[in-house]
Amino acid sequence: MYSVRLWAARHARLFELTYRAFEPVIVKLHPLWKSVGYQRAEKPMGKLEKLSKGLLFDCQMCGQCILSSTGMSCSMNCPKTMRNGPCGGVMQNGNCEVYPEKRCVWVEAWEGSQKMKGGDTIQVVQLPVDHRLKGSSSWLRVARGASDQKAGHKEASK
Amino acid sequence: MSIIVGADHGNLASDTLGYSSAGRLERVLRSGHFAVTAELAPPDAANPEEVYARARVFDGYVDSMNATDGSGANCHMSSVAMCALLSRMGYETVMQISCRDRNRIAIQGDVLGGAALGINNILCLTGDGVQVGDHPEAKPVFDLDSMSLLETVARLRDKHVFASGRKLSDPPRVFLGAAENPFVPPYDFRPHRLAKKIAAGAQFIQTQYCFDLPRFRTFMARSRDLGLLDKCFILPGVGPLASARTADWMRRNVPGIHIPDDIIKRLEGAKDQKAEGRNICIELIQQLREIEGVSGVHVMAHRQESSVADIIERSGVLGDREPWPPFSEPTLERDYA
Repeated sequence: MYSVRLWAARHARLFELTYRAFEPVIVKLHPLWKSVGYQRAEKPMGKLEKLSKGLLFDCQMCGQCILSSTGMSCSMNCPKTMRNGPCGGVMQNGNCEVYPEKRCVWVEAWEGSQKMKGGDTIQVVQLPVDHRLKGSSSWLRVARGASDQKAGHKEASK
Repeated sequence: MSIIVGADHGNLASDTLGYSSAGRLERVLRSGHFAVTAELAPPDAANPEEVYARARVFDGYVDSMNATDGSGANCHMSSVAMCALLSRMGYETVMQISCRDRNRIAIQGDVLGGAALGINNILCLTGDGVQVGDHPEAKPVFDLDSMSLLETVARLRDKHVFASGRKLSDPPRVFLGAAENPFVPPYDFRPHRLAKKIAAGAQFIQTQYCFDLPRFRTFMARSRDLGLLDKCFILPGVGPLASARTADWMRRNVPGIHIPDDIIKRLEGAKDQKAEGRNICIELIQQLREIEGVSGVHVMAHRQESSVADIIERSGVLGDREPWPPFSEPTLERDYA
């Protein structure tokens, strides 16, 4: 919902803290995901993610969440799906050129990032979206990625 | 019969060691000249003569011409075709690529094709939304954004691989540009966004119309603090306003254009508003030139293209330098033997 989405970006620090507490839990649950099977966990986790993030951020389930790098303002709500900053068409009042009655997603993102401790990641260049991941759970990807990385480190130190 | 046309290959290769392209724009900028680029309006016609006629008005006054890619989301002749036609005539062009109409497969193909046709410069844009154009019912693509487009083309050129990782044998030798608009919110983010564009591969920047010098000065000062000014060439956008009414219409209806009230008032107070619009443009060019980090100007004279030569002449920014008119160099001469 639009008003909730604006509220969430304006409380970006709160959600940054929430996610910081939440991410290690998801990662720690790797053995569970593995025993259930990541493929099978995908459906319920994707649904849960869509429900919660959809409510808070109008999440579009791109499957490669960068909310932490966009001031908790989901960049997939930009009509041009810009993932690296605002376009040149932002109106003088900070609204969108395509939807003049709505705030620019990136104006919100910049303000949100200024409230976060790790908001500097807004300056990282984001690679193009992998459209195959649309609809899948970012959380499970994070868990799998972290465990793969851990395994990689172990392999390397052997 | 051989016709040597387009890019300056051959005996100039030794001069361009370490350069990204074989083009004149990069050479002019790197040698410290004040560069002038102009926007070329594409015709609504399948007729090359229309393209040549539109380019000819800039002869001897601009270093490169930007062929727009469906600007304002309106349909016109494609940028790659215009640039290819003009390159064959010996002109230097900037091919604009917008992410609105094509996905990464089509865009990368156009980059290779464009470079093969003699295009030396590419400007990476996100593009206007389809809603503002003459085909609002079209599907907006936006598979990439301006930043990931820059990164993708830079990878083609420098790493010799497609976005997929697949190798290519001959990389496109292109000078990479991007746009920036320091005149719209979020103002504080704009210099950081410039930093991102440079990190993604931008070598030159053409900005949206600059009518607000104080805001531009702030943007440049902030960019200098971030150490960006020696990492890319910045060409602020300028253009003559036809009248106070046009200016007011533009700022209310064209996304991203900011014209301060004092400019409108000055136009209103003038006897000949069109002439005053040109005077303002000339003054802006002269003032912009004095700002640290400004390497040239990009002239967008929509429907006033024929005034560009006069504006540049009177601004005096070229000094005694004359940008290459086509076929003035020995390497570019036609040989019909």
